[in-house]
Amino acid sequence: MALLEQSDGRAATSRPAASADVIRTSGLTKRFRGGQLAVDNLDLTVPRGSVFGFLGPNGSGKTTTIRMLMGLIAPTAGVATVLGEPMPGAVSSVLPRVGALIEGPALYGFLSGRDNLARIDAADPTTDPRTRSRRVDEALDRVGLTAAAGKKARAYSLGMKQRLGLASALLRPRELLVLDEPTNGLDPQGMREIRALIREVAADGTTVFLSSHLLDEIEHVCTHAAVMAKGRLLVQGTVAELAARASGRLVVRTPDVALATEVLTDRQVTDLTSDEDRVSGTPLGEQELPKLCAALVEAGVRVHGFGVERGTLEDAFVALTGEGFDVAG
Amino acid sequence: MSLVETRPAAVVTVGASLSLFRSELGLTFRRARTITLLGILAALPVLIGVVIKSQTDGSGGGGGPAFIAQVTQNGLFLVFTSLAVTLPIFLPMTVGVVAGDSIAGEAASGTLRYLLVAPAGRTRLLAVKFAAGMTFCLAATLAVALSALATGAALFPLGQVTLLSGDTVGPGTALFRAVLIALVVAASLGGLVAIGLFVSTLTGSGIAAMATTVVLVITVQILDTFPQLHAIQPYLFTHHWLSFGDLLRQPIYWDNVLQNLGLQAVYVAVFGSAAWARFTSRDITA
Repeated sequence: MALLEQSDGRAATSRPAASADVIRTSGLTKRFRGGQLAVDNLDLTVPRGSVFGFLGPNGSGKTTTIRMLMGLIAPTAGVATVLGEPMPGAVSSVLPRVGALIEGPALYGFLSGRDNLARIDAADPTTDPRTRSRRVDEALDRVGLTAAAGKKARAYSLGMKQRLGLASALLRPRELLVLDEPTNGLDPQGMREIRALIREVAADGTTVFLSSHLLDEIEHVCTHAAVMAKGRLLVQGTVAELAARASGRLVVRTPDVALATEVLTDRQVTDLTSDEDRVSGTPLGEQELPKLCAALVEAGVRVHGFGVERGTLEDAFVALTGEGFDVAG
Repeated sequence: MSLVETRPAAVVTVGASLSLFRSELGLTFRRARTITLLGILAALPVLIGVVIKSQTDGSGGGGGPAFIAQVTQNGLFLVFTSLAVTLPIFLPMTVGVVAGDSIAGEAASGTLRYLLVAPAGRTRLLAVKFAAGMTFCLAATLAVALSALATGAALFPLGQVTLLSGDTVGPGTALFRAVLIALVVAASLGGLVAIGLFVSTLTGSGIAAMATTVVLVITVQILDTFPQLHAIQPYLFTHHWLSFGDLLRQPIYWDNVLQNLGLQAVYVAVFGSAAWARFTSRDITA
């Protein structure tokens, strides 16, 4: 791993052909002029080929991090490396290989969808003008906007604008897609289509860096995830690892709540909670479950349901932060 | 494994910059606002022509600025009169709108971040915006000049032109002088484009940048009228604007014209550098 590390711009010319990490930051910090610490000492590693979920409440520093990765704002301290080259120094050689949707789409309202894409494509000095109209049409087709391509963008719905933003990220084959809240403003059907598109792009070998505040979106789409809160990285790893942090809870549905609680306490089930017709708690381990079930029946508890609720990313998040998933203060 | 085809850097730079410049021109001249501004500029010479025609028909003329008296004798003079009337206020206002909005407008709509991650390159984008601004100056000047030429030809006689120096030249030479004047007028607005571009990099609001630039033009013109400020007046970017009249002398009197163009070049260098320094180091948070 040390082989791939680049601490400054001088090594930029020897681009590692297939570095394992597509994004790598160390000690990345952004303090805005007002003194507000937006990103605090961030060490982030995004492996090549992953669909990486970047998770956190609104105001947790996700977008500021993305802007630093894209060279739009300069870090106060620390280093950000994208596709093996330092940002913002190597913007001109890195960004043509990156497609990005940052903080929602932004369009020229008086231009058609097609002309909007042509404008963004013309801004990239490494694209070929001769293939522009073909690539624009392909990108429009990919996000399902072909029928509305000639319409002025100001007449687009939020969902259509979001799709057009995605299309501009897909104007050419990319090594990395950075998508900031890509399903914002889409209806459920649109969300499914976009998620399918993300999987398709990822299957082609593109690494996808997906920021979201929707936990189930990350769980559905991503292989890896990182959780931010108040500018700091709380945890990163594979989605399976993260979900496993929230240990499964035993749930017993029964009308005999008091009796069940007594039996489970005797069997060292901890963290017990109960309401009208259910008792839940954390058992010592999976191997205990058959014994617990037998013990309940033996004690005469009328067991209507017995099972383990699997941990979700949301449980993991609450366990990590000790707080709900609300806007950071 | 790079997916980007590699081409010689120089070819990429020139070809790609032209591509972005064309896109920028399309953006500027397809905007309803730009078309309206050009329409207003084109309407002004018609208005001036009609007013002069009706005035002279009634009272038999008299007085007025040097050019205006000449218009009735030769329609070509309406070109010079219209440029002299629009240069102090109307032309700079339209240029202030276009130049002031150039970067700030993109920032306000959020398209700036997408241009920069494309990546357009900050220096390249600024250069293209400046070039498009100068192109607008030329288009605005031509809108006035061509409309004046058409109106002048329709309302007044054409033919031999008596210059300000008293010499008489043929219509061909006079037309050449008119083209030369249009070019000089367009170039006179270069300093203002650079100022507008600089103001545009300071704010994320297109309206604020436009208003600031236009107010600046008006303020400088007012300062230019105070005798007490005599010492600084030659350095104000509006000071030599009307020197294009010297191109109507025989032989052409170049001193003031060159002084004007030199001053514009200094303003472009100073404010262009300031815009560059600001824009290349700025955090894009919009």
